[in-house]
Amino acid sequence: MDWSLLLDKSILIFIIFLISLGIAAYATYGERKVAAFLQDRIGPDRAGPFGLLQPIADGVKMFTKEEIIPSASDKILFILGPCLFMMTALMTSAVIPWGKSFNFGGHEFHLQVADLNVGMLYIFAVVSIGGYGIMIGGWASNNKFALLGALRASSQMISYELAMGMSIVAMLLFTNTLSLREIVDGQAGDGNLWNVVRQPLGFIIFLICAFAECNRAPFDLPESESELIGGYHTEFSSMKLGLFLFAEYINMFISSAIIVSLYFGGYHFPWIDGLDLSQNLAAVISVVIFFAKILFFIFFFMWVRWTLPRFRYDQLMNLGWKVLIPLSILNVLATGAWMTFVK
Amino acid sequence: MQLTNRSKVVVKHQLNWVEKLYLPAIATGLSITIKHLFKKSATVKYPEQTREIASVYRGQHVLKRDEKGRENCTACGLCAVACPAEAITMEAAERKKGEEHLYKEEKYAAKYEINMLRCIYCGLCEDACPKDAIYLSDRIVPTAFTRGNFIYGKDMLVESVDASGKVDISKRKKIYDMDAQPKQPLLK
Ligand code: SF4
Ligand code: SF4
Repeated sequence: MDWSLLLDKSILIFIIFLISLGIAAYATYGERKVAAFLQDRIGPDRAGPFGLLQPIADGVKMFTKEEIIPSASDKILFILGPCLFMMTALMTSAVIPWGKSFNFGGHEFHLQVADLNVGMLYIFAVVSIGGYGIMIGGWASNNKFALLGALRASSQMISYELAMGMSIVAMLLFTNTLSLREIVDGQAGDGNLWNVVRQPLGFIIFLICAFAECNRAPFDLPESESELIGGYHTEFSSMKLGLFLFAEYINMFISSAIIVSLYFGGYHFPWIDGLDLSQNLAAVISVVIFFAKILFFIFFFMWVRWTLPRFRYDQLMNLGWKVLIPLSILNVLATGAWMTFVK
Repeated sequence: MQLTNRSKVVVKHQLNWVEKLYLPAIATGLSITIKHLFKKSATVKYPEQTREIASVYRGQHVLKRDEKGRENCTACGLCAVACPAEAITMEAAERKKGEEHLYKEEKYAAKYEINMLRCIYCGLCEDACPKDAIYLSDRIVPTAFTRGNFIYGKDMLVESVDASGKVDISKRKKIYDMDAQPKQPLLK
């Protein structure tokens, strides 16, 4: 075992953990502010300057709330649900390349926890386990609203993961790799465009499915405050509820990172790559670019949420099975034909 | 009979295939919301910042005293009768000897309460009062934590005797002077 490698990765994992939590915390604040601005309001501004301490106030609130476990619930599963959901949300970040590698006196420091050659598959696997978090949580609550929410979440996940997987297949046809770092690097350099240009249809399908996977509006049917009073987390209180809500924001952050990596060149940016910079400076800039792109997509998630109304359940299923899946198959066929006959 | 030409005949037309994609419509929606991001917000930071209100604003009531500092109200109950929200209750008492400097008439309100949660700030109590005793002022009723705290007694309603505690209601008085032309527009 290489100790320096272990140390490198531990440091990186710790930093990514903190960043994920920090971004998720401030995404809750950002969401309220974005919502407020889009609705011509001011938004939270009481806790600290511009309300910047609001996430901390919320955290304290969540921690000090009474912990209620319904007597008719399955205790073990009830606790396992939010834990599983949070854990999988955090685990997905492992294969994301956060930037170019640093070099400290000849020691390479890679900004990726694990460069799996099946990175995308790993993400799909972990995200599907996250679905169990919702299902278990909803089931164990022994509450019909929670159960309905959990049912919706699982059927939504199955329907949209298919189309999502198909859009990845189309991309796989010409990238020839599932490793996220190779996909990202394949979008830089001479003559290599961002994948969003090469796979516009695939991108739209992936984006829509990402919204559905994150349970974000307009696909927030598992929660739907107005009809299911919170859906799968109806019975949860205190920090268990906090974990669910928090994990959703982490999911949003991670899926923004994945969208950026897959379709928007990850940490690359056209002209900046051409500059002749020292390795460490280039690494810093690449990280900044990556996070700027991620923040844009997080904003996009919120922007869509405060623009579109929620789908009806049958519309959701229609869109998934009758539109997105045929389209994604078409996309695979078209890409395949193009790779065979044109290239 | 058609009064205006603003009415529009609504035709339900079949969506063409571009519209069926929904994406253009979603893009339009997104562009509308993003425009609001740059608009001035319609709300204000309330306690620090207040909205401009009309000079004849109908806010928290005041029970007036006359120029000698005596309470005008004679507990006739007309305001309570006029009140559509039934927000006013009172108990009358007779003025004793030696209290002439406190109460203008020989009967006065020993207890006078307005429930600020029931009140709809219509100002009818003001209209009903024959003694020039009750007025609505441009003060906003502050929030409280319990319902009981919204029932204002005489301690909250009657203006104080010294000049500094007087509540200015001259602007509200002016609008009842029907013959006089308004010297200033009602809105500031
Ligand atoms: S303002 Fe109207 S509702 Fe309020 S106390 Fe006077 S009469 Fe009643
Ligand atoms: S405020 Fe006016 S109307 Fe009401 S009891 Fe007193 S004198 Fe009568």
